[in-house]
Amino acid sequence: MTTAVAEERETYLNAGHGVKSWLLTKDHKRIGLLYLFTITFFFFIGGVFATLIRLELLSPHGNLVSSETYNKLFTMHGVVMVFFFLIPSIPATLGNFFLPLMIGARDLAFPRINLLSWYLLVIGGLFAIFAMVAGGVDTGWTFYTPYSTSYSNTWVIATALGIFVAGFSSILTGLNFIVTVHRMRCPGMTWFRMPLFVWAHYATALIQVLGTPVLAVTLVLVLCERMFHIGIFDPALGGDPVLFQHLFWFYSHPAVYIMILPAMGVISELVSTFSRKAIFGYGFVAFSSVAIAVLGFLVWGHHLFVSGQSLFAGMVFSFLSYFVAIPSAIKVFNWTATLYKGSISYATPMLYAFGFIGLFTIGGLTGLFVACLGIDVHVTDTYFVVAHFHYIMVGGAIMGYLGGLHYWWPKITGRMYPEGWAKLSALVIFLGFNLTFFPQFMLGYLGMPRRYHVYPDEFQVLHVLSTAGASVLAVGYLMPLIYFMWSLKYGAIAGRNPWKATGLEWQTDSPPPVHNFDEIPIVTREAYDYSGTVGQEVQVG
Amino acid sequence: MTTETEHVDSVKTYAVVWIALLILTALTTGVAYIDLGPFSVVVALTIAVCKMLLVALFFMHVRHSTKLTKLVVLGGLLWLAILLSLTMADFATRSWIGA
Ligand code: HEM
Ligand SMILES: [Cu+2]
Repeated sequence: MTTAVAEERETYLNAGHGVKSWLLTKDHKRIGLLYLFTITFFFFIGGVFATLIRLELLSPHGNLVSSETYNKLFTMHGVVMVFFFLIPSIPATLGNFFLPLMIGARDLAFPRINLLSWYLLVIGGLFAIFAMVAGGVDTGWTFYTPYSTSYSNTWVIATALGIFVAGFSSILTGLNFIVTVHRMRCPGMTWFRMPLFVWAHYATALIQVLGTPVLAVTLVLVLCERMFHIGIFDPALGGDPVLFQHLFWFYSHPAVYIMILPAMGVISELVSTFSRKAIFGYGFVAFSSVAIAVLGFLVWGHHLFVSGQSLFAGMVFSFLSYFVAIPSAIKVFNWTATLYKGSISYATPMLYAFGFIGLFTIGGLTGLFVACLGIDVHVTDTYFVVAHFHYIMVGGAIMGYLGGLHYWWPKITGRMYPEGWAKLSALVIFLGFNLTFFPQFMLGYLGMPRRYHVYPDEFQVLHVLSTAGASVLAVGYLMPLIYFMWSLKYGAIAGRNPWKATGLEWQTDSPPPVHNFDEIPIVTREAYDYSGTVGQEVQVG
Repeated sequence: MTTETEHVDSVKTYAVVWIALLILTALTTGVAYIDLGPFSVVVALTIAVCKMLLVALFFMHVRHSTKLTKLVVLGGLLWLAILLSLTMADFATRSWIGA
């Protein structure tokens, strides 16, 4: 590998200097990094709230913070993690950076709109930060009415406005991705040669565009009722509180797929690269993303089983929920089948991929538990649900995000991360995660309700285990933060294609030049064509 | 991006559509004063749908757009239909059993 000229070459990183060249950039790669800094910031804010929650739950008597404060802690943890970290996480960082590269384009279709979308996230985030600093908000991230519209006297309006604005960031990212995939593919890059990462992002973008406007409208209705007492949700004003839950979950169930689909896209890339094999059943995996995006819109009522929703609707939504499991299972089976007879190497990204597959499976299967009407009456609003969605959102989505970040770090920065430390942190995260959240399944099944800080003494052991796990998890998350920064200066030079992967993003320099490719590539092969490289494992350094 | 030859309607067409929208607005206002019982909602929504169609087809040029654009519009309407119909699957059946 020739790396000697790396200093002189113009890359997207050294093509302009100074704050202005970043804040006004239209380069999708730089915007991806702007997003990366922003969501990392929010991840650690959300993490601080999580830490406080877990500390409080060490003791059954609620003696660290008041009940009011506790309500604010879990609300702000949820708001920050969902709307300002997980929704933008993979699409806005890795998607922004790699979607154009992977289809051989020089940028997204609308570079200015891309920059605008980052500003919208920042502005929305500022509203949310203002609300948190001014005194916080206590409605839960779900803003259920009529509490949020008529009773809570915390900063509901500022928070809702922040989410409203951030929603448009998400819509614009989705729009940009859809148009880019339709119009910007390089010669030979047919739809069925696209990497599955791109398919996953296309499906995600459909959800962002079709679902997020409903969230925006719903929040506006909440604001109308809260500020002008227009009766929409509050029965005292002639409204219907369950209507809010319908509207909210019409967005928010699909939103969980905004979080998980991009991670699934990452996993497809990782599994293929580190088994040196094409993904088994490419077409099925590609279409299962679209199927998840569509079916995901038909199941929201499974969040309303005990809300007063009609029994008939409950049965319909329960029935439909089981259908979503099919495309999800297709993916898991196909990744597993891809491993069969592959030349598997256990580089860090692959460890994350294994973590994802196992934890997502647990999260998805428990989704089937809670989608069952009878079981859900028992476990709804308990820690069982908390464990279910953390297995998917943290065990699934964040594992995918970290796996992707490690995988593409050499491309983004031109440097390798330290493999030993990275493996250690992947292991610490996996163990810490399970120690944190597995006890929560047990707690929930035994009857520990969510969103309470005072609980019966007999639950304490499991809560202490969970808090211990959270501490381990925190260490696991801090490690990459440190060694990634370390690697910027001291990491080994990566070269173009350290994993010997097939994607177009690996054919250009690391870090890529401003316009991605010196010459627009012409694609003549299927994605993941590892024929001719069989038996060559990736050398892990 | 490529500049496609844009189909532009004549000023006259736009004016007619605009006047039609004004008339429909007046109609909505007028009907609000007549007590049609449950049908006042039906009438108001029907008029609103007509106006929406006029705006989308003429002002937003959907009439002369590509098939893909029409598909996008239909997709949006289909998703709205999902939202309304599954929500009504709850609202309209609350009196059926128990709950
Ligand atoms: C694939 C990614 C998934 C994610 C990210 C996810 C996320 C979530 C979240 C965040 C909640 C809690 C919402 C709240 O009340 O605060 C939740 C609850 C729920 N999930 Fe999932 N979920 C996923 C998959 C599934 C699947 C596949 C099913 C069923 C087929 C499912 C069924 C449910 C049900 C029924 C609830 C409500 C439980 C209750 O509140 O009693 N989920 N999920
Ligand atoms: Cu759901």
